[in-house]
Amino acid sequence: MTPIEFFAAAFAVSLVAGLLGSLLGLGGGIIVIPALTLLLGVDIRFAIGASIVSVIATSSGAAAAYVRQRMTNLRVAMFLELATTTGAISGAYLAGLFSVRWLYLIFAVVMGYSALMMFRKRHSIIDSGAPVSALADRLKLHDTYYDEAERTDIDYKVARPQVGLGLMYIAGVVSGLLGIGSGALKVPAMDLAMRLPIKVSTATSNFMIGVTAAASAGVYFARGDINPFIAAPVAAGVLGGSTAGARVLGRINSSRVRAVFVIVLLWVSAQMLIKGL
Amino acid sequence: MTTSAQPDHEALERVRQTELLISNLLRGGVLLSIALIIFGTAITFIHHPGYLTDSAQLDGLRDGADGFPASFGGIVRGLGAFEGRAIVMLGLLVLIATPVMRVAVSILAFVHAGDRAFAIITAVVLALLLLALALGKAGG
Repeated sequence: MTPIEFFAAAFAVSLVAGLLGSLLGLGGGIIVIPALTLLLGVDIRFAIGASIVSVIATSSGAAAAYVRQRMTNLRVAMFLELATTTGAISGAYLAGLFSVRWLYLIFAVVMGYSALMMFRKRHSIIDSGAPVSALADRLKLHDTYYDEAERTDIDYKVARPQVGLGLMYIAGVVSGLLGIGSGALKVPAMDLAMRLPIKVSTATSNFMIGVTAAASAGVYFARGDINPFIAAPVAAGVLGGSTAGARVLGRINSSRVRAVFVIVLLWVSAQMLIKGL
Repeated sequence: MTTSAQPDHEALERVRQTELLISNLLRGGVLLSIALIIFGTAITFIHHPGYLTDSAQLDGLRDGADGFPASFGGIVRGLGAFEGRAIVMLGLLVLIATPVMRVAVSILAFVHAGDRAFAIITAVVLALLLLALALGKAGG
């Protein structure tokens, strides 16, 4: 394979990863890392470095749109970023200490978990019985968003901010360690633990992912794990794919795509496991 | 918004302005970085015609054995020499800096709105982001 052929292949793989990632609500990272390592023989550290950069691109692009639609809870995002950035730095630092084998193993486990999470039934009920949180009151975390489907403003209260911080630290560690956005961990932390409406959780998670990823990308850059020859096609490809994916999102039957994809994810997860053992 | 006093119209307008500024900043940062990455890639292939035909050159590039500009100093030197991969790295740095800028702008917005608690929270997040670069060097 000549360098330009490799470049084209990495770009194509990233384009597909970005497209699938946005259609399925996963980031591109969880797809692009196994593709680069298993198919194109890229060192997993460079794959992680390239992925984390592409995560910033897609998150920032999507966040720009969500903020305009006033779906993001900026205050909750800023508050929780205390935990995700601390976690991301810990994770990126840990990644330098773990051997490559362990990275494969941890990746396989997180990937398997994400596959199962995709089957979790999404619900968006306003839970009026949520526990009162003095901290959330003091920080004025409660907010209102306009629900397009319901055509009305919906008020919501934020519960358990401390639990949210703890879960976000874990999400940050996973993100920093594996170079993924870890939206699969962030959304449930907000939606289930903190009782944010699912649409707000998704938009706020996306908004936070860029900052989380920037924290770990800083560590990866300083360590020399961001190889421009690999990061260039990955960043451009994932961003292109996810932009296209966002355009067609409303027009496809996602439940069938999901079912097929869960099987693919589990299979790839097994491949990574084998490589790690 | 759900707490005691109703914010006046002017305050809501300020919040809206901040949100638009953050949104534009994110969009601008991504577009600039992608433009630099594409341009730098084109320059790389123009400077090294061998990359189009020679399979033997792939391993060194892919595995990093050929070396690439990986530090601020290396990137500045590479930019001076108009080197493609240094331009790509600049684009990647712009991308990494985009969320950092977003956090910095938010601090100003909170200070402006007289929201001390959130100005402090956001300043801590910014400090953590800057710390990441320093820590990465130490862990290298």
